[in-house]
Amino acid sequence: MNSKLIFEIAKSLLLARWKQSMVAAVGVTFSIAMFITLLGFMTGLNDMLDGLILNRTPHVRLFNEVKPNPEQPTALVKGLGYVFIQSIKPTGNGQNVDNVSAILQALRKDNRVLGVSPKVTAQVFYNVGNIDITGVINGVDVEAEQKLFHFSDYVTKGNPTDLKNVPNSIILGKAAAEKMMASIGDVIQVTTSRGDRQPLKVVGLFQSGLQDLDKVQSFASLATTQKLLGKPASYITDINIKSVDILSAPAMANEYRKLFATDAEDIQTANSQFETGSSVRSVISYAVGITLLIVAGFGIYNILNMMIYEKMDSIAILKATGFSGSDVKNIFITIALTIGFFGGLFGLIFGLLLSNIVDNIPFNTAGLPTIKTFPVNYSLKFYVIGMVFSLITTYLAGMFPARKASKIDPVIIIRGK
Amino acid sequence: MSEIILEAKAINKSFHDPVTIPILKDITFSVNKGEFVSVIGKSGCGKSTLLYILSTMDTDYEGELYIDRQLMNHLKEGELARIRNEKIGFVFQFHYLLNEFNVLRNVMLPGIKLGKYAAKEVEHRAMEKLKILGIDDQALKLPNQLSGGQKQRVAIARALINDPHIIMGDEPTGNLDKKNSETVFDIFQQLTKEFNQTLLIVTHDNEFASRTQRIIEMQDGRILKQ
Repeated sequence: MNSKLIFEIAKSLLLARWKQSMVAAVGVTFSIAMFITLLGFMTGLNDMLDGLILNRTPHVRLFNEVKPNPEQPTALVKGLGYVFIQSIKPTGNGQNVDNVSAILQALRKDNRVLGVSPKVTAQVFYNVGNIDITGVINGVDVEAEQKLFHFSDYVTKGNPTDLKNVPNSIILGKAAAEKMMASIGDVIQVTTSRGDRQPLKVVGLFQSGLQDLDKVQSFASLATTQKLLGKPASYITDINIKSVDILSAPAMANEYRKLFATDAEDIQTANSQFETGSSVRSVISYAVGITLLIVAGFGIYNILNMMIYEKMDSIAILKATGFSGSDVKNIFITIALTIGFFGGLFGLIFGLLLSNIVDNIPFNTAGLPTIKTFPVNYSLKFYVIGMVFSLITTYLAGMFPARKASKIDPVIIIRGK
Repeated sequence: MSEIILEAKAINKSFHDPVTIPILKDITFSVNKGEFVSVIGKSGCGKSTLLYILSTMDTDYEGELYIDRQLMNHLKEGELARIRNEKIGFVFQFHYLLNEFNVLRNVMLPGIKLGKYAAKEVEHRAMEKLKILGIDDQALKLPNQLSGGQKQRVAIARALINDPHIIMGDEPTGNLDKKNSETVFDIFQQLTKEFNQTLLIVTHDNEFASRTQRIIEMQDGRILKQ
């Protein structure tokens, strides 16, 4: 009953000065709208930039580093007196991951793993007339790449599935293709590190957004690459794993390192700098948003102060007729929160509209083939935070004037007349 | 002897700024139920100050104050507010109606605050009070649409809404012309006679006071005679 009454009085006071109340609410609306837009845009940008790398980066990568055997022959025969070693040369299959089919089978059963994509990397030279350009051909399982690493997003021309369907085909990096003046349908010559020459048909162009990468990287099917290298179908240099939860990647990498006796690298170790960049951008957005809200808070503070001076008589009579100090305080806090609530609500709506406008502004850069407009993130989180912030700021802005109102001595007002 | 509604025992009050000046000296008196008491005295004799102490709005004094046999000293602000709400009705020189609410709502506010009756019942009671004061036809108007005398009557209706033990008035006719003062006095008279309502009215209008049942005359912070 009491709260209903307080609400009623707050409402009437609010409406009595509705223009000022409106101005205060508009302040909140503006700051919340900007807060939402800014955060949505910044996060959209973050997601895009992160996606540029992270989407295509396996969460865990299994591979074999070429490195000296930790158990050198001399160590094995320790304690046997003098040892003579002659003509030791590195043998073995280099970068090949051993036991691929068993590993793949085990990984596909692991429910922490979203998908696995085996890969063969081949160092090649693209032959352009007399000049050889160094390059890397990634032999990939096209379907797995599409599913896990958004492969088709980066194939700007041609159809990625042709890689599988057309024998001896290649998708060239855009910058490399420009160097070779090659376009779809052309046949280019590559020389493998073993010296074999192989003609490959261009079925598509690939653009990652990182120019240096596009100069070097090309894609071919697993079989084509294995054939290039003269290796059997079991020859795999990398196994790329996408996990269900990216945060569990380091633990999984550790486990696989031991389990499969290969090298394993997780995404956090490989790309730690991206997280730093993202968090700095988020902090800046929050700081700007909160600053705007504080400014709006001062507006509310001013208006409530004015209202209290104007309504001194009313406050005095309310107290004389039995409203306690805390009732009066609640009335003014209710006023502040109402301004905050409605201002915030409209702020969310305008923020959504503004985000939508930003989302539709054309944004074309050569480096980012998949992006056509400014990226915006519509996460519900920002809207919840925006609403909570607006209520908190208006509560704080209302608290000081409200406390002042609650301490008004009715005797002074009533006798002063 | 009839029931004592209000009792003041040895109340002293001083202002301390800039030097200590005693305002009230050893005020002791009591008001019985159904009495119509007026407090008179010259300006500055402390009669308004006394009224605000008796009304619990001013708590900075020495001595003891009983309302309805309950000691008021040391009660918390919220508890005093509750007592003002429930047991005391106020009529001031100025009406102090809330311009944002209509007449009926103004009268109802303390009643809803008390929460003893449902809103519907409070509204019914407010209409009854307005009827007693002959302004029930103005119930849905806003205060600034009423004349000065009507506003003061609304203020009296508001004071009555919770059936207080005592109505305190601070120069309730001070702002009114002869005719309206007359009306207000008649209303007070009617309230004591018909409803056995206790009234304590501070006034400097000797003619008004002379017609009340009992006069407390004050001078220089003391009760001269009662």
